[in-house]
Amino acid sequence: MDKVIYMDNNATTRVAPEVVEAMLPYFSDYYGNPSSMHSFGAVVGKAVVEARERIAALLGADPEEIVFTSCGTESDSTAIMSALRALPEKRHVITTRVEHPAVKNLAENLQMLTGHSYRVTSLSVDRQGMIDLDEYEKALGDDTAIVSVMWANNETGVIFPIAEMAAMARKHGVLFHTDAVQAVGKIPIDLSSLEVDFLSLSGHKLHAPKGVGVLYVKKGTPYSPFLIGGHQEHGRRGGTENTASIIGLGKACELAKSRMAVENTRVKELRDKLEKGLLDSIPNAMLNGHPDHRLPNTTNISFEFVEGEAILLHLNNFNICASSGSACTSGSLEPSHVLRAMGVPFTAAHGSIRFSLSVYNNEEEVDFVLEKLPPIIANLREMSPFWKNR
Amino acid sequence: MWDYTDKVKDHFLNPRNVGEIDNPSAVGEVGSLACGDALKLMLKIDGDDIIVDAKFQTFGCASAIASSSALTEMIKGLSVAEAEKITNEDIAEFLGGLPKEKMHCSVMGREALEAAIANYRGVVLPMAEGEVVCECFGVTDIEVRRAIEESNLRTVEEVTNFTKAGGGCGKCHDRLREMIDEARADSTMKPIPVKGPKRMTNIQKIKAVEEVLEREIRPTLKKDGGDIELVDVDGDYVYVSLRGACGSCAKSRTTLKEYVEKKLREQVLDTLIVEEE
Repeated sequence: MDKVIYMDNNATTRVAPEVVEAMLPYFSDYYGNPSSMHSFGAVVGKAVVEARERIAALLGADPEEIVFTSCGTESDSTAIMSALRALPEKRHVITTRVEHPAVKNLAENLQMLTGHSYRVTSLSVDRQGMIDLDEYEKALGDDTAIVSVMWANNETGVIFPIAEMAAMARKHGVLFHTDAVQAVGKIPIDLSSLEVDFLSLSGHKLHAPKGVGVLYVKKGTPYSPFLIGGHQEHGRRGGTENTASIIGLGKACELAKSRMAVENTRVKELRDKLEKGLLDSIPNAMLNGHPDHRLPNTTNISFEFVEGEAILLHLNNFNICASSGSACTSGSLEPSHVLRAMGVPFTAAHGSIRFSLSVYNNEEEVDFVLEKLPPIIANLREMSPFWKNR
Repeated sequence: MWDYTDKVKDHFLNPRNVGEIDNPSAVGEVGSLACGDALKLMLKIDGDDIIVDAKFQTFGCASAIASSSALTEMIKGLSVAEAEKITNEDIAEFLGGLPKEKMHCSVMGREALEAAIANYRGVVLPMAEGEVVCECFGVTDIEVRRAIEESNLRTVEEVTNFTKAGGGCGKCHDRLREMIDEARADSTMKPIPVKGPKRMTNIQKIKAVEEVLEREIRPTLKKDGGDIELVDVDGDYVYVSLRGACGSCAKSRTTLKEYVEKKLREQVLDTLIVEEE
């Protein structure tokens, strides 16, 4: 395969070479079980402790507040179900219309999962993808068990005001969970100064492997495990630790901490160049999401009168990887729920493309996309029955 | 990623017969921007009823473009009577198969061909006269029954793959299941009587609303430095977005209700409710 231009880092990321290197010994040489009594296992246990410390350092958390899971979805389910079990008399949940399916589908199926009926408030967003804090505050009530709001949106990169929202939840005595899968490693996070009770993160979004995640549980937060089994994670999550991946995640968090400045300068500059270049050179193109309250690596642009899957496959022909919110790529027949919640017209939602960059992208790649994409859009528009009569 | 055949990829990357025909003998248009795919098929038919040229314009995904391209290649040189026999399965087969979730793209090709032939003969297709089963995609019972019969569909998922019906809110799933059971119980299909009061499909509504917006409402708003955009149509609800001066105007709610909604009720459907998204 020729060189791939990978701009789909909100889907998954390359495992950093440093991470691979840190993990490898734990497959072949140090394969012991950290729970074992012998020192062969204890060596691995020590490395897991170190990984936990590195992750805690990136988040501004205490190592004891870190629970290893298998993925972001497991972390989300654990946090929400734990809160509902801890507060069985409360039957209200607050979330947003733009959550990842890991939270959205869970919230929609609480009755099936718990046997009780829950009232779910899904906060709406404005045209730029932002939440109305007044609407949020009004929704918080005595009956509310938990708020689950993503830190940054996977499709648009829009960042929600988590610090304020968590503080408002605390004021009302409501537990607060944030799905920070897209935010961790891209923007600075300091949980020691926030009133966030639960936070989910996923390894493969920050250059660690797939199959490892973390749930942060603030000290003193009521908690009950989701996976019942052994005593691992102090009884908070049964199942033998995914040691090599946990150690990889520790390394990835250490890297993320040291690269945070690069992410927010060089990566952001590349993203801005790509975004400006596309908006300037392609007519009837518009940015989806707030221009400023956004992850430094993400841009989501709608090209009117063309369909996203067709754009992606033309890009694919040049080994350019991106994604789309169009119906044909969503696995359903309707375009992205995020763009619809933002009130993006169907005419534009079908033609939306997301580029999500990482520290591994360079200016040459951005220039290549800027060279290739405008003619692709022009060609597809030539073919579209709506273009001439727009 | 979809598992497309090489032939689908070829017809997508190098589509044949893209464009328009001057003074076409027939035009068939199906789909809409809102639905995510649309096809405009133009035919040149000579005095002997032979299709001497076919061109298309398509808005849609790779398989929609490939299906359109394949269709034009298949019908060129055929008589109208021969072309009429082409089914969606034939189009899919020509392309070496389509992923099952994409069969509706081949159905769109067949529908455009039917619409063009009807246009050539000056007749009206029965499809739109049926009872709307799926409001999200404006699919009628006639279209659903036909797909069930012709392609031997057995599950709701298959009906969605072929017709898009049931691919939105999912409210019609029970009805679709009933229709599958009915069709299987009675494989000799009887003509379906038109039931209930005449309703507009979402697509018809969208088209009519767009037309009134374009013709009357937008020019009026533009005089005051404003503009309006259609965001979505959901049942009787028409969601719009006011732009320019209208966006910040204190009287925008009045404009919306007293002017836009009134016009749309007069000219499209008297049950419409206009809301700002």
